[in-house]
Amino acid sequence: MAQLNAQGQPYEDETPEPDAPAPAAAAQESGDALDDLLAEIDGSLQVNAEQFVRSFVQKGGQ
Amino acid sequence: MRLVGIETEYGIVDPDEPRANPILMSSRLVAACRAWAGERTTRWDYGGEDPLQDQRGFRRSRMGASADLLTDAPEFDESEGKVTLRRRRGSWEDPAHLNAVLANGARFYVDHAHPEHSGPEVTSAHDAVVWDRAGDAIALAAAARYADEEGSRVELYKNNVDGKGASYGTHENFLVSRGTDFEDLARRLTPHLVTRQVFAGAGRVGLGQFGEEPGFQLSQRADYMEAEVGLETTLRRPIVNTRDEPHATRDKYRRLHVIIGDANLFDVATYLKMGTTALVLSAIEADDERLDALALAHPVEAVQTVSRDLTLRARLEIADGDSASALEIQRALLEICRSYVTDAGEAAVIARWEGVLERLATDLFSAAREVEWVAKLQLLGRMRARHVSPGTPDGLPWDDARLAAMDLQWSRLGDGLATRLAAAGQMERIATEEAVAAAVATAPQDTRARLRGGIVAARPDVVDAAGWSTVVLDRETDHGHLEVIHLDEPMAARHPLLDHLIGG
Repeated sequence: MAQLNAQGQPYEDETPEPDAPAPAAAAQESGDALDDLLAEIDGSLQVNAEQFVRSFVQKGGQ
Repeated sequence: MRLVGIETEYGIVDPDEPRANPILMSSRLVAACRAWAGERTTRWDYGGEDPLQDQRGFRRSRMGASADLLTDAPEFDESEGKVTLRRRRGSWEDPAHLNAVLANGARFYVDHAHPEHSGPEVTSAHDAVVWDRAGDAIALAAAARYADEEGSRVELYKNNVDGKGASYGTHENFLVSRGTDFEDLARRLTPHLVTRQVFAGAGRVGLGQFGEEPGFQLSQRADYMEAEVGLETTLRRPIVNTRDEPHATRDKYRRLHVIIGDANLFDVATYLKMGTTALVLSAIEADDERLDALALAHPVEAVQTVSRDLTLRARLEIADGDSASALEIQRALLEICRSYVTDAGEAAVIARWEGVLERLATDLFSAAREVEWVAKLQLLGRMRARHVSPGTPDGLPWDDARLAAMDLQWSRLGDGLATRLAAAGQMERIATEEAVAAAVATAPQDTRARLRGGIVAARPDVVDAAGWSTVVLDRETDHGHLEVIHLDEPMAARHPLLDHLIGG
Protein backbone atom coordinates (compact mmCIF):
# COMPACT_ATOMS: atom_id res chain seq x y z
CA MET A 1 0.00 0.00 0.00
CA ALA A 2 1.24 3.46 -0.78
CA GLN A 3 2.99 5.40 1.93
CA LEU A 4 0.93 8.22 3.32
CA ASN A 5 2.16 11.66 3.95
CA ALA A 6 -0.34 12.23 6.71
CA GLN A 7 -0.21 15.99 6.37
CA GLY A 8 -0.90 15.96 2.68
CA GLN A 9 2.17 18.04 1.98
CA PRO A 10 3.06 18.16 -1.68
CA TYR A 11 6.61 17.17 -2.32
CA GLU A 12 8.55 20.28 -3.21
CA ASP A 13 11.72 18.31 -3.74
CA GLU A 14 13.14 14.88 -3.17
CA THR A 15 13.48 15.24 0.58
CA PRO A 16 9.98 15.67 1.93
CA GLU A 17 9.39 16.19 5.60
CA PRO A 18 6.57 13.87 6.53
CA ASP A 19 6.30 15.41 10.00
CA ALA A 20 5.91 18.96 8.79
CA PRO A 21 2.84 20.75 10.10
CA ALA A 22 -0.41 20.75 8.21
CA PRO A 23 -0.37 22.44 4.82
CA ALA A 24 -0.78 25.96 6.08
CA ALA A 25 2.27 27.28 4.31
CA ALA A 26 1.17 26.01 0.92
CA ALA A 27 -2.16 27.72 1.34
CA GLN A 28 -1.06 31.18 2.33
CA GLU A 29 -2.62 32.99 -0.59
CA SER A 30 -6.12 31.80 0.18
CA GLY A 31 -5.47 32.23 3.87
CA ASP A 32 -7.49 35.37 4.41
CA ALA A 33 -10.55 33.98 2.70
CA LEU A 34 -10.40 30.79 4.72
CA ASP A 35 -9.58 32.22 8.12
CA ASP A 36 -13.04 33.56 8.91
CA LEU A 37 -14.69 30.40 7.71
CA LEU A 38 -12.32 28.25 9.77
CA ALA A 39 -12.91 30.28 12.90
CA GLU A 40 -16.63 29.89 12.52
CA ILE A 41 -16.43 26.16 11.84
CA ASP A 42 -14.11 25.70 14.77
CA GLY A 43 -16.55 27.42 17.08
CA SER A 44 -19.50 25.29 15.98
CA LEU A 45 -17.57 22.04 16.05
CA GLN A 46 -16.25 22.46 19.60
CA VAL A 47 -19.73 21.69 20.82
CA ASN A 48 -21.19 18.90 18.76
CA ALA A 49 -18.73 17.29 16.36
CA GLU A 50 -18.78 13.83 17.90
CA GLN A 51 -22.51 13.67 18.18
CA PHE A 52 -22.93 14.96 14.65
CA VAL A 53 -20.59 12.34 13.23
CA ARG A 54 -22.15 9.54 15.28
CA SER A 55 -25.66 10.38 14.16
CA PHE A 56 -24.84 10.53 10.46
CA VAL A 57 -25.92 7.02 9.49
CA GLN A 58 -27.02 6.05 6.00
CA LYS A 59 -28.27 2.88 4.42
CA GLY A 60 -26.13 1.47 1.65
CA GLY A 61 -27.17 2.27 -1.88
CA GLN A 62 -25.85 1.48 -5.31
CA MET B 1 -20.01 15.12 -28.78
CA ARG B 2 -21.24 12.13 -26.84
CA LEU B 3 -24.47 11.55 -24.96
CA VAL B 4 -23.83 11.47 -21.20
CA GLY B 5 -25.76 11.80 -17.96
CA ILE B 6 -25.23 11.78 -14.19
CA GLU B 7 -27.26 10.09 -11.43
CA THR B 8 -26.78 11.24 -7.84
CA GLU B 9 -28.00 9.43 -4.75
CA TYR B 10 -28.06 11.89 -1.86
CA GLY B 11 -27.47 11.09 1.78
CA ILE B 12 -30.57 12.05 3.75
CA VAL B 13 -30.83 13.08 7.41
CA ASP B 14 -33.43 14.53 9.74
CA PRO B 15 -31.14 16.63 11.96
CA ASP B 16 -33.68 16.60 14.78
CA GLU B 17 -34.41 12.88 14.56
CA PRO B 18 -31.31 10.95 13.46
CA ARG B 19 -33.18 7.65 13.64
CA ALA B 20 -35.89 8.71 11.20
CA ASN B 21 -36.63 6.16 8.49
CA PRO B 22 -34.65 7.15 5.36
CA ILE B 23 -36.96 5.34 2.93
CA LEU B 24 -39.97 7.16 4.31
CA MET B 25 -38.13 10.49 4.29
CA SER B 26 -36.99 9.88 0.72
CA SER B 27 -40.49 9.09 -0.51
CA ARG B 28 -41.85 12.16 1.27
CA LEU B 29 -39.11 14.21 -0.33
CA VAL B 30 -40.15 12.96 -3.77
CA ALA B 31 -43.76 13.80 -2.92
CA ALA B 32 -42.56 17.27 -1.92
CA CYS B 33 -40.69 17.50 -5.23
CA ARG B 34 -43.93 16.67 -7.06
CA ALA B 35 -45.72 19.33 -5.05
CA TRP B 36 -42.97 21.82 -5.86
CA ALA B 37 -43.28 20.98 -9.56
CA GLY B 38 -47.05 21.51 -9.47
CA GLU B 39 -48.67 20.44 -12.71
CA ARG B 40 -45.35 20.17 -14.46
CA THR B 41 -44.49 16.59 -13.58
CA THR B 42 -45.49 13.06 -14.43
CA ARG B 43 -44.95 9.57 -13.12
CA TRP B 44 -42.33 7.11 -14.28
CA ASP B 45 -43.02 4.65 -17.08
CA TYR B 46 -41.75 1.25 -16.00
CA GLY B 47 -42.76 -0.26 -19.35
CA GLY B 48 -39.38 -0.56 -21.01
CA GLU B 49 -36.73 -1.31 -18.40
CA ASP B 50 -34.48 -4.34 -18.45
CA PRO B 51 -31.96 -4.06 -15.63
CA LEU B 52 -31.12 -7.75 -15.74
CA GLN B 53 -29.39 -7.67 -19.10
CA ASP B 54 -25.64 -8.06 -18.87
CA GLN B 55 -23.18 -6.37 -21.26
CA ARG B 56 -21.39 -9.67 -21.73
CA GLY B 57 -24.35 -11.10 -23.62
CA PHE B 58 -26.34 -13.15 -21.12
CA ARG B 59 -29.21 -12.10 -18.96
CA ARG B 60 -30.50 -13.14 -15.58
CA SER B 61 -33.90 -14.73 -15.29
CA ARG B 62 -36.55 -12.29 -14.22
CA MET B 63 -38.47 -13.08 -11.08
CA GLY B 64 -42.10 -13.62 -11.94
CA ALA B 65 -43.77 -12.78 -15.18
CA SER B 66 -42.94 -9.54 -16.90
CA ALA B 67 -46.48 -8.45 -17.60
CA ASP B 68 -45.33 -5.98 -20.18
CA LEU B 69 -48.03 -3.68 -21.29
CA LEU B 70 -46.96 -3.22 -24.86
CA THR B 71 -49.61 -4.59 -27.18
CA ASP B 72 -49.00 -5.73 -30.71
CA ALA B 73 -51.31 -3.04 -31.95
CA PRO B 74 -50.41 -1.75 -35.41
CA GLU B 75 -47.86 1.00 -35.37
CA PHE B 76 -48.66 4.44 -36.56
CA ASP B 77 -47.29 5.83 -39.75
CA GLU B 78 -43.51 6.06 -39.32
CA SER B 79 -43.69 9.68 -40.40
CA GLU B 80 -45.34 10.32 -37.06
CA GLY B 81 -42.43 8.76 -35.26
CA LYS B 82 -42.72 5.37 -33.64
CA VAL B 83 -45.93 5.09 -31.63
CA THR B 84 -47.55 1.94 -30.26
CA LEU B 85 -50.74 1.45 -28.30
CA ARG B 86 -50.90 0.16 -24.77
CA ARG B 87 -53.90 -1.26 -22.99
CA ARG B 88 -55.00 0.52 -19.90
CA ARG B 89 -54.83 -1.69 -16.85
CA GLY B 90 -57.17 0.00 -14.47
CA SER B 91 -55.99 2.73 -12.21
CA TRP B 92 -52.31 2.01 -11.97
CA GLU B 93 -50.75 4.51 -9.65
CA ASP B 94 -47.47 5.09 -7.91
CA PRO B 95 -49.09 5.34 -4.49
CA ALA B 96 -45.94 6.09 -2.57
CA HIS B 97 -45.06 8.91 -4.95
CA LEU B 98 -41.71 7.30 -5.56
CA ASN B 99 -41.04 9.10 -8.83
CA ALA B 100 -41.25 12.51 -10.39
CA VAL B 101 -40.37 13.14 -14.03
CA LEU B 102 -39.62 16.84 -14.32
CA ALA B 103 -39.81 19.62 -16.87
CA ASN B 104 -36.02 19.65 -17.20
CA GLY B 105 -36.07 16.04 -18.36
CA ALA B 106 -34.78 14.62 -15.08
CA ARG B 107 -36.13 11.83 -12.91
CA PHE B 108 -36.26 12.51 -9.17
CA TYR B 109 -37.08 9.36 -7.23
CA VAL B 110 -36.34 6.96 -4.40
CA ASP B 111 -33.52 4.51 -5.04
CA HIS B 112 -33.02 2.08 -2.18
CA ALA B 113 -33.00 4.34 0.86
CA HIS B 114 -31.89 7.53 -0.87
CA PRO B 115 -33.44 10.25 -2.96
CA GLU B 116 -31.86 10.28 -6.39
CA HIS B 117 -31.67 12.82 -9.15
CA SER B 118 -31.08 11.22 -12.54
CA GLY B 119 -30.16 14.09 -14.79
CA PRO B 120 -31.36 14.39 -18.37
CA GLU B 121 -29.28 13.29 -21.33
CA VAL B 122 -26.74 15.95 -22.34
CA THR B 123 -24.03 16.10 -25.00
CA SER B 124 -21.12 17.88 -23.33
CA ALA B 125 -19.16 17.95 -20.10
CA HIS B 126 -20.26 21.55 -19.63
CA ASP B 127 -23.93 20.65 -19.85
CA ALA B 128 -23.37 17.69 -17.52
CA VAL B 129 -22.20 20.20 -14.90
CA VAL B 130 -25.17 22.49 -15.55
CA TRP B 131 -27.82 19.80 -15.13
CA ASP B 132 -25.99 18.14 -12.25
CA ARG B 133 -26.13 21.39 -10.33
CA ALA B 134 -29.72 21.84 -11.41
CA GLY B 135 -30.36 18.51 -9.70
CA ASP B 136 -28.88 19.89 -6.47
CA ALA B 137 -31.10 22.95 -6.76
CA ILE B 138 -34.18 20.80 -7.32
CA ALA B 139 -33.30 18.61 -4.34
CA LEU B 140 -32.94 21.73 -2.21
CA ALA B 141 -36.28 23.08 -3.44
CA ALA B 142 -37.90 19.76 -2.58
CA ALA B 143 -36.30 19.85 0.88
CA ALA B 144 -37.70 23.33 1.49
CA ARG B 145 -41.15 22.15 0.46
CA TYR B 146 -40.73 19.09 2.68
CA ALA B 147 -40.05 21.33 5.67
CA ASP B 148 -43.21 23.31 4.96
CA GLU B 149 -45.42 20.27 4.51
CA GLU B 150 -43.98 17.83 7.03
CA GLY B 151 -43.12 20.27 9.76
CA SER B 152 -39.71 18.64 10.14
CA ARG B 153 -36.36 19.32 8.57
CA VAL B 154 -34.47 17.23 6.08
CA GLU B 155 -30.83 17.66 5.15
CA LEU B 156 -29.29 16.30 1.95
CA TYR B 157 -25.64 15.35 1.53
CA LYS B 158 -23.96 15.02 -1.84
CA ASN B 159 -21.39 12.47 -0.75
CA ASN B 160 -20.95 8.71 -1.01
CA VAL B 161 -20.07 7.35 2.43
CA ASP B 162 -21.36 7.63 5.98
CA GLY B 163 -18.16 6.46 7.66
CA LYS B 164 -19.99 3.46 9.17
CA GLY B 165 -19.66 1.14 6.20
CA ALA B 166 -22.46 2.37 3.96
CA SER B 167 -21.81 3.71 0.49
CA TYR B 168 -24.22 5.08 -2.07
CA GLY B 169 -23.48 6.02 -5.60
CA THR B 170 -23.03 8.78 -8.07
CA HIS B 171 -23.22 7.09 -11.43
CA GLU B 172 -22.18 8.32 -14.83
CA ASN B 173 -23.70 7.12 -18.07
CA PHE B 174 -22.05 7.25 -21.46
CA LEU B 175 -23.60 6.22 -24.76
CA VAL B 176 -21.21 3.91 -26.61
CA SER B 177 -21.54 2.21 -29.96
CA ARG B 178 -22.76 -1.39 -29.74
CA GLY B 179 -20.03 -2.41 -32.16
CA THR B 180 -17.38 -1.79 -29.50
CA ASP B 181 -16.37 -5.08 -27.95
CA PHE B 182 -17.22 -4.92 -24.27
CA GLU B 183 -14.19 -6.88 -23.05
CA ASP B 184 -11.93 -4.46 -24.94
CA LEU B 185 -13.86 -1.53 -23.54
CA ALA B 186 -13.55 -2.73 -19.95
CA ARG B 187 -9.85 -3.49 -20.28
CA ARG B 188 -8.97 -0.21 -21.96
CA LEU B 189 -11.13 2.04 -19.81
CA THR B 190 -9.95 0.62 -16.47
CA PRO B 191 -6.63 2.54 -16.27
CA HIS B 192 -8.55 5.78 -16.69
CA LEU B 193 -11.17 4.94 -14.08
CA VAL B 194 -8.43 3.96 -11.63
CA THR B 195 -6.29 7.07 -12.09
CA ARG B 196 -8.77 9.87 -12.83
CA GLN B 197 -9.30 10.17 -9.05
CA VAL B 198 -6.36 12.56 -9.06
CA PHE B 199 -8.71 15.25 -10.37
CA ALA B 200 -12.16 13.70 -9.81
CA GLY B 201 -11.88 12.57 -6.19
CA ALA B 202 -14.01 14.43 -3.65
CA GLY B 203 -11.66 13.61 -0.76
CA ARG B 204 -12.47 11.56 2.30
CA VAL B 205 -11.48 11.50 5.96
CA GLY B 206 -10.85 7.91 7.07
CA LEU B 207 -9.39 4.85 5.42
CA GLY B 208 -11.24 1.57 4.95
CA GLN B 209 -14.94 0.95 4.42
CA PHE B 210 -15.69 1.85 8.03
CA GLY B 211 -13.09 4.57 8.24
CA GLU B 212 -11.35 2.27 10.70
CA GLU B 213 -7.90 3.68 9.99
CA PRO B 214 -7.17 7.39 10.47
CA GLY B 215 -6.09 9.36 7.44
CA PHE B 216 -7.21 11.22 4.37
CA GLN B 217 -7.68 9.87 0.86
CA LEU B 218 -8.54 11.22 -2.56
CA SER B 219 -11.72 9.29 -3.18
CA GLN B 220 -14.98 8.55 -1.40
CA ARG B 221 -15.63 5.35 -3.33
CA ALA B 222 -12.18 3.74 -3.62
CA ASP B 223 -12.49 1.48 -0.58
CA TYR B 224 -15.74 0.04 -1.94
CA MET B 225 -14.37 -1.20 -5.27
CA GLU B 226 -13.79 -4.91 -4.92
CA ALA B 227 -13.85 -6.38 -8.42
CA GLU B 228 -12.64 -5.51 -11.91
CA VAL B 229 -15.80 -6.21 -13.87
CA GLY B 230 -19.30 -7.24 -12.84
CA LEU B 231 -23.03 -6.63 -12.79
CA GLU B 232 -23.40 -5.74 -9.12
CA THR B 233 -23.78 -2.19 -7.86
CA THR B 234 -24.41 -2.72 -4.14
CA LEU B 235 -22.08 -5.59 -3.22
CA ARG B 236 -18.61 -6.47 -4.49
CA ARG B 237 -18.80 -3.33 -6.56
CA PRO B 238 -16.78 -3.51 -9.79
CA ILE B 239 -14.56 -0.88 -11.42
CA VAL B 240 -16.45 -1.51 -14.67
CA ASN B 241 -20.14 -2.26 -14.31
CA THR B 242 -21.64 -4.56 -16.91
CA ARG B 243 -25.31 -3.64 -16.66
CA ASP B 244 -26.59 -3.64 -20.22
CA GLU B 245 -29.68 -1.52 -20.23
CA PRO B 246 -29.16 0.93 -23.06
CA HIS B 247 -32.52 2.74 -22.84
CA ALA B 248 -31.97 3.12 -26.59
CA THR B 249 -31.81 1.05 -29.77
CA ARG B 250 -30.09 -2.06 -28.49
CA ASP B 251 -28.38 -3.11 -31.70
CA LYS B 252 -26.87 0.34 -32.10
CA TYR B 253 -25.91 1.44 -28.60
CA ARG B 254 -24.56 0.47 -25.25
CA ARG B 255 -24.99 2.60 -22.16
CA LEU B 256 -21.83 2.36 -20.12
CA HIS B 257 -22.78 2.69 -16.46
CA VAL B 258 -19.82 3.92 -14.40
CA ILE B 259 -20.18 3.44 -10.65
CA ILE B 260 -16.67 4.12 -9.37
CA GLY B 261 -16.98 7.91 -9.29
CA ASP B 262 -17.50 10.28 -6.38
CA ALA B 263 -20.26 12.83 -6.02
CA ASN B 264 -18.67 16.20 -6.75
CA LEU B 265 -19.53 19.65 -5.47
CA PHE B 266 -16.75 21.18 -7.52
CA ASP B 267 -17.65 22.08 -11.10
CA VAL B 268 -14.24 21.33 -12.54
CA ALA B 269 -14.22 17.88 -10.96
CA THR B 270 -17.58 17.00 -12.53
CA TYR B 271 -16.54 18.58 -15.81
CA LEU B 272 -13.29 16.65 -16.11
CA LYS B 273 -14.79 13.41 -14.81
CA MET B 274 -17.37 13.45 -17.61
CA GLY B 275 -15.31 15.08 -20.33
CA THR B 276 -12.17 12.97 -20.03
CA THR B 277 -14.07 9.70 -19.75
CA ALA B 278 -16.09 10.56 -22.86
CA LEU B 279 -12.86 11.19 -24.79
CA VAL B 280 -11.22 7.97 -23.61
CA LEU B 281 -14.34 6.16 -24.82
CA SER B 282 -13.84 7.74 -28.24
CA ALA B 283 -10.33 6.33 -28.33
CA ILE B 284 -11.71 2.93 -27.33
CA GLU B 285 -14.41 3.05 -30.01
CA ALA B 286 -11.68 3.80 -32.54
CA ASP B 287 -9.82 0.68 -31.35
CA ASP B 288 -6.75 2.74 -30.45
CA GLU B 289 -4.15 0.16 -29.46
CA ARG B 290 -1.97 2.74 -27.72
CA LEU B 291 -4.34 2.28 -24.78
CA ASP B 292 -3.09 -1.26 -24.22
CA ALA B 293 0.28 -0.06 -22.99
CA LEU B 294 -1.46 1.46 -19.94
CA ALA B 295 -3.16 -1.73 -18.73
CA LEU B 296 -2.66 -2.15 -14.98
CA ALA B 297 -1.35 -5.36 -13.46
CA HIS B 298 -3.58 -5.08 -10.36
CA PRO B 299 -6.39 -2.62 -11.01
CA VAL B 300 -8.47 -3.21 -7.85
CA GLU B 301 -5.47 -2.72 -5.58
CA ALA B 302 -4.41 0.27 -7.69
CA VAL B 303 -7.71 2.05 -6.97
CA GLN B 304 -6.82 2.11 -3.29
CA THR B 305 -3.15 2.84 -3.91
CA VAL B 306 -3.99 5.95 -5.92
CA SER B 307 -6.65 7.06 -3.47
CA ARG B 308 -4.29 6.88 -0.49
CA ASP B 309 -1.28 8.48 -2.14
CA LEU B 310 -1.48 12.20 -1.38
CA THR B 311 1.89 12.73 -3.03
CA LEU B 312 0.60 11.50 -6.40
CA ARG B 313 3.90 9.71 -6.82
CA ALA B 314 3.05 6.09 -6.08
CA ARG B 315 4.14 3.70 -8.80
CA LEU B 316 1.51 1.43 -10.30
CA GLU B 317 2.62 -1.78 -11.94
CA ILE B 318 1.51 -1.89 -15.54
CA ALA B 319 0.96 -5.09 -17.38
CA ASP B 320 4.25 -5.31 -19.25
CA GLY B 321 6.27 -5.18 -16.02
CA ASP B 322 6.97 -1.46 -16.16
CA SER B 323 5.42 1.05 -13.76
CA ALA B 324 3.83 4.47 -13.96
CA SER B 325 2.30 7.02 -11.60
CA ALA B 326 -1.36 7.98 -11.85
CA LEU B 327 -0.34 11.36 -13.24
CA GLU B 328 1.86 9.73 -15.88
CA ILE B 329 -0.99 7.46 -16.94
CA GLN B 330 -3.29 10.47 -17.12
CA ARG B 331 -0.79 12.37 -19.27
CA ALA B 332 -0.52 9.41 -21.62
CA LEU B 333 -4.31 9.22 -21.88
CA LEU B 334 -4.46 12.95 -22.55
CA GLU B 335 -2.00 12.60 -25.43
CA ILE B 336 -4.00 9.74 -26.94
CA CYS B 337 -7.27 11.66 -26.58
CA ARG B 338 -5.96 14.68 -28.48
CA SER B 339 -6.63 12.61 -31.61
CA TYR B 340 -10.34 12.35 -30.85
CA VAL B 341 -11.39 15.95 -30.34
CA THR B 342 -14.33 16.73 -32.62
CA ASP B 343 -15.64 20.06 -31.35
CA ALA B 344 -14.78 23.13 -29.30
CA GLY B 345 -16.29 21.64 -26.14
CA GLU B 346 -13.96 18.67 -26.29
CA ALA B 347 -11.00 20.90 -27.07
CA ALA B 348 -11.79 22.85 -23.92
CA VAL B 349 -11.84 19.61 -21.94
CA ILE B 350 -8.37 18.75 -23.25
CA ALA B 351 -7.04 22.19 -22.29
CA ARG B 352 -8.47 21.98 -18.78
CA TRP B 353 -7.29 18.40 -18.37
CA GLU B 354 -3.75 19.37 -19.33
CA GLY B 355 -3.76 22.41 -17.06
CA VAL B 356 -5.02 20.57 -14.02
CA LEU B 357 -2.51 17.71 -14.46
CA GLU B 358 0.25 20.30 -14.71
CA ARG B 359 -0.88 22.08 -11.55
CA LEU B 360 -1.21 18.80 -9.64
CA ALA B 361 2.30 17.82 -10.67
CA THR B 362 4.03 21.08 -9.83
CA ASP B 363 2.16 22.60 -6.87
CA LEU B 364 -0.71 20.57 -5.50
CA PHE B 365 -2.51 23.42 -3.80
CA SER B 366 -2.47 25.55 -6.93
CA ALA B 367 -5.28 23.22 -8.03
CA ALA B 368 -7.37 23.90 -4.91
CA ARG B 369 -10.00 25.94 -6.75
CA GLU B 370 -10.57 23.12 -9.25
CA VAL B 371 -9.87 19.77 -7.61
CA GLU B 372 -12.25 18.94 -4.80
CA TRP B 373 -10.05 16.63 -2.73
CA VAL B 374 -7.26 19.19 -2.81
CA ALA B 375 -9.60 21.92 -1.58
CA LYS B 376 -10.90 19.64 1.17
CA LEU B 377 -7.38 18.65 2.19
CA GLN B 378 -6.39 22.30 2.27
CA LEU B 379 -9.31 23.35 4.45
CA LEU B 380 -8.93 20.40 6.81
CA GLY B 381 -5.17 20.91 6.90
CA ARG B 382 -5.74 24.50 7.96
CA MET B 383 -8.11 23.31 10.67
CA ARG B 384 -5.51 20.84 11.91
CA ALA B 385 -2.93 23.62 11.98
CA ARG B 386 -5.16 25.81 14.13
CA HIS B 387 -4.78 23.26 16.92
CA VAL B 388 -1.04 22.86 16.94
CA SER B 389 0.24 22.86 20.50
CA PRO B 390 3.35 21.59 22.29
CA GLY B 391 1.55 18.32 22.96
CA THR B 392 0.15 18.01 19.44
CA PRO B 393 2.78 19.33 17.02
CA ASP B 394 0.78 18.06 14.03
CA GLY B 395 -2.40 19.72 15.18
CA LEU B 396 -5.63 17.76 15.14
CA PRO B 397 -5.08 14.07 14.43
CA TRP B 398 -6.98 12.62 11.47
CA ASP B 399 -9.25 10.65 13.80
CA ASP B 400 -10.48 13.79 15.55
CA ALA B 401 -14.27 14.00 15.23
CA ARG B 402 -14.03 17.62 14.11
CA LEU B 403 -12.32 16.57 10.88
CA ALA B 404 -14.84 13.80 10.26
CA ALA B 405 -17.63 16.31 10.87
CA MET B 406 -16.11 18.76 8.39
CA ASP B 407 -15.85 15.99 5.82
CA LEU B 408 -19.59 15.35 6.14
CA GLN B 409 -20.56 19.01 6.33
CA TRP B 410 -18.51 19.64 3.24
CA SER B 411 -21.18 18.05 1.07
CA ARG B 412 -24.38 19.32 2.68
CA LEU B 413 -26.59 20.94 0.07
CA GLY B 414 -27.35 24.60 0.63
CA ASP B 415 -24.97 25.59 3.40
CA GLY B 416 -22.19 22.99 3.23
CA LEU B 417 -18.52 23.88 3.41
CA ALA B 418 -17.95 23.40 -0.33
CA THR B 419 -20.80 25.78 -1.06
CA ARG B 420 -19.35 28.27 1.38
CA LEU B 421 -15.95 28.01 -0.23
CA ALA B 422 -17.60 28.81 -3.56
CA ALA B 423 -19.30 31.82 -1.99
CA ALA B 424 -15.91 32.95 -0.68
CA GLY B 425 -14.48 32.81 -4.19
CA GLN B 426 -12.42 29.71 -3.47
CA MET B 427 -14.00 27.46 -6.11
CA GLU B 428 -13.91 27.96 -9.85
CA ARG B 429 -17.33 27.62 -11.43
CA ILE B 430 -17.87 26.21 -14.91
CA ALA B 431 -21.63 26.72 -14.98
CA THR B 432 -23.10 30.12 -14.23
CA GLU B 433 -25.91 30.55 -11.71
CA GLU B 434 -28.14 31.71 -14.57
CA ALA B 435 -27.49 28.55 -16.57
CA VAL B 436 -28.22 26.39 -13.53
CA ALA B 437 -31.45 28.25 -12.78
CA ALA B 438 -32.58 27.80 -16.38
CA ALA B 439 -31.73 24.08 -16.23
CA VAL B 440 -33.99 23.62 -13.22
CA ALA B 441 -36.97 24.42 -15.42
CA THR B 442 -35.82 23.51 -18.93
CA ALA B 443 -34.43 20.36 -20.51
CA PRO B 444 -31.36 20.17 -22.74
CA GLN B 445 -32.47 21.10 -26.25
CA ASP B 446 -30.21 18.77 -28.22
CA THR B 447 -31.30 15.32 -26.99
CA ARG B 448 -34.57 13.45 -26.51
CA ALA B 449 -34.69 15.03 -23.03
CA ARG B 450 -36.09 18.06 -24.86
CA LEU B 451 -39.16 15.99 -25.77
CA ARG B 452 -39.60 14.42 -22.33
CA GLY B 453 -39.17 17.69 -20.47
CA GLY B 454 -40.99 19.71 -23.10
CA ILE B 455 -44.18 17.69 -23.00
CA VAL B 456 -44.15 17.61 -19.19
CA ALA B 457 -43.75 21.38 -19.16
CA ALA B 458 -46.23 22.24 -21.90
CA ARG B 459 -48.91 19.54 -21.82
CA PRO B 460 -48.83 17.57 -18.56
CA ASP B 461 -52.59 17.10 -19.03
CA VAL B 462 -52.00 14.58 -21.85
CA VAL B 463 -49.06 12.74 -20.31
CA ASP B 464 -49.67 9.46 -18.46
CA ALA B 465 -46.03 8.66 -17.73
CA ALA B 466 -42.53 9.02 -19.14
CA GLY B 467 -39.30 7.01 -19.09
CA TRP B 468 -35.87 7.37 -20.64
CA SER B 469 -37.05 6.04 -24.00
CA THR B 470 -40.82 6.48 -23.81
CA VAL B 471 -43.48 9.10 -23.34
CA VAL B 472 -46.95 7.67 -22.69
CA LEU B 473 -49.85 9.84 -23.78
CA ASP B 474 -53.35 9.65 -22.35
CA ARG B 475 -55.74 11.71 -24.44
CA GLU B 476 -59.04 11.49 -26.26
CA THR B 477 -58.65 9.11 -29.21
CA ASP B 478 -60.85 6.83 -31.33
CA HIS B 479 -58.98 3.71 -30.24
CA GLY B 480 -59.24 4.57 -26.57
CA HIS B 481 -55.79 3.24 -25.65
CA LEU B 482 -52.71 4.87 -24.23
CA GLU B 483 -50.21 5.91 -26.87
CA VAL B 484 -46.56 5.05 -26.29
CA ILE B 485 -44.10 7.33 -28.06
CA HIS B 486 -40.81 5.51 -28.52
CA LEU B 487 -37.68 7.62 -28.22
CA ASP B 488 -35.10 4.94 -28.89
CA GLU B 489 -32.74 7.37 -30.62
CA PRO B 490 -31.41 9.42 -27.71
CA MET B 491 -29.81 12.06 -29.93
CA ALA B 492 -33.14 12.79 -31.65
CA ALA B 493 -34.56 15.94 -30.09
CA ARG B 494 -37.56 16.07 -32.42
CA HIS B 495 -40.67 13.96 -32.79
CA PRO B 496 -43.54 15.07 -34.99
CA LEU B 497 -46.39 14.19 -32.65
CA LEU B 498 -44.69 15.51 -29.51
CA ASP B 499 -43.52 18.65 -31.29
CA HIS B 500 -47.10 19.21 -32.39
CA LEU B 501 -48.38 18.84 -28.84
CA ILE B 502 -45.60 20.93 -27.31
CA GLY B 503 -46.41 23.58 -29.89
CA GLY B 504 -42.90 24.88 -30.22
